[in-house]
Amino acid sequence: MTDQRFGLSRHARLGPLRLDGGATLDVVEIAYETYGTLDAEAGNAVLICHALTGDQHVASPHPRTGKPGWWTRLVGEGKPIDPARHFVVCANVLGSCMGSSGPASTDPATGRAYAMAFPVITIRDMVRAQGLLVDHLGIRTLAAVVGGSMGGMQALSWPATFPDRVRAAVVIASTARHTAQNIAFHEVGRQAIMADPRWRGGDYPADEPPAAGLAVARMAAHITYLSEIGLTEKFGRKLQGREAKGFGFDADFQVESYLRHQGLSFVDRFDANSYLYITRAMDYFDLAEEHGGTLAAAFRPTAARFCLVSFDSDWLYPTVESRHIVHALNAAGCPASFVELSSPYGHDAFLLESPAMNRVVDGFLRGGA
Amino acid sequence: MMLRPDLALIAEHVVPGTRVLDIGCGDGALMAALRSRSKVDARGLELDAANVAAAVARGLPVVQGDADIDLGGYPDGSFDYAILSQTLQTTRGPHLVLDEMLRIGRLAFVSFPNFAHWRVRLSLLWGGRMPVTELLPEQWYDTPNIHHVTIGDFRAFVGERGLVVEGAWFLGGGRRRGAGGANLLAEHAVFLLRKR
Repeated sequence: MTDQRFGLSRHARLGPLRLDGGATLDVVEIAYETYGTLDAEAGNAVLICHALTGDQHVASPHPRTGKPGWWTRLVGEGKPIDPARHFVVCANVLGSCMGSSGPASTDPATGRAYAMAFPVITIRDMVRAQGLLVDHLGIRTLAAVVGGSMGGMQALSWPATFPDRVRAAVVIASTARHTAQNIAFHEVGRQAIMADPRWRGGDYPADEPPAAGLAVARMAAHITYLSEIGLTEKFGRKLQGREAKGFGFDADFQVESYLRHQGLSFVDRFDANSYLYITRAMDYFDLAEEHGGTLAAAFRPTAARFCLVSFDSDWLYPTVESRHIVHALNAAGCPASFVELSSPYGHDAFLLESPAMNRVVDGFLRGGA
Repeated sequence: MMLRPDLALIAEHVVPGTRVLDIGCGDGALMAALRSRSKVDARGLELDAANVAAAVARGLPVVQGDADIDLGGYPDGSFDYAILSQTLQTTRGPHLVLDEMLRIGRLAFVSFPNFAHWRVRLSLLWGGRMPVTELLPEQWYDTPNIHHVTIGDFRAFVGERGLVVEGAWFLGGGRRRGAGGANLLAEHAVFLLRKR
């Protein structure tokens, strides 16, 4: 008899969950997937945390777009995280729109979608929701928690929130706090959404979303995921399907056309209100602030090992942010590994082919055995 | 696996079960040996990204960083040993790095190539050229060794700073040598130091 808790496209009704903002969600829905087999001691579980607009389909095709899982370069047969050895869990974060509780979920108090009545959440709330899921799956201690970008914030927050429930954390292209610049870019995106008349204070019908605003938000954010050298290499000043400039405001340049495409394809798969809530959670993230203003204090109670990876062309969460975390880990006496890898692809590098990243993650995960 | 002679010497003298910070740990050869042979809790710091990746890929806790910049984050007395092998002469502030080592570690192992070895002296004396030897293979313009030091210099330095030499070992011609004549005959020196 197969255990209904394990497999692809799973769903759990959990809760209650008390949130950092003071509210309590009586029911927390979590959509998730598992790969591989949980061993008899429940000691081989690896939790993968996704980024801002990611989802639980880390190594299985996306149901709406049909694209392969978003981290098949790192997760899969023969990869550093291998279902043949690991019990892999990936859950849609709290506040998102791929099946977990978020602003598009039904508010039991009204019978209608929460929209802006959904409580503001934090990265730690996401982590606590994952904690409920891990309980539900019968896992006491995670062998590792692994994430890039916002997933890295969760991976960092895990040992700080549950010091004795995780043995290793892999934090890739991430940060322990959002800087003013990070917040500023997110605010541009939020304002674009809220300035769209179709947003209607958040109460838009599902089939009439503020698509124009969300697309602009995505375009602005997408620039921060790339690097200048990457954009120059890919597009330069090349024109899009024309011989000369059009002296108008069509997408003359390839880079414009590319960004418009990124924006338009994004609105088909993502909810505008979820975008507001999750960017807010990231902006609120400051792990040191949660621990009396000292980052090292966040790590002192845990015996977990840490592995950090940054990319030299990532200006969203540059190497200096990882180094800041490493200094705090050293101060706390935590075993830490850290390397800055070279890539022309900016922040997005963590999602792309990187043999060096794979070697580092593989060695780090095996090193704990 | 064969360790470089100065590393083998250090490995031999690290007390099992202790905590070690290997500054400039390269690909982690010494750390790996310490961990497997003497159950040492070894952490590493290394400047070169490829070396760091190699060390982490073998499961070692190594962070990318610069001895001149990144030692400040380690708390006082958090290690039994701070080790600096073949790195002192590449730092911008060797004296400051050594201060940091003895702040972080109770004891400090320092190994360095001896710039007063007879081959180096001959090269300068007869050739009038900066020496390029097996041990110092780079040309003057691309060498990472920006603070060449001799055993004589180092002894004087240790004396001026009032440090205690717990042990000193000298390597030359593929074997260990005595302290007498070391400044002429030893290619490598390893010192074990502590504060008074």
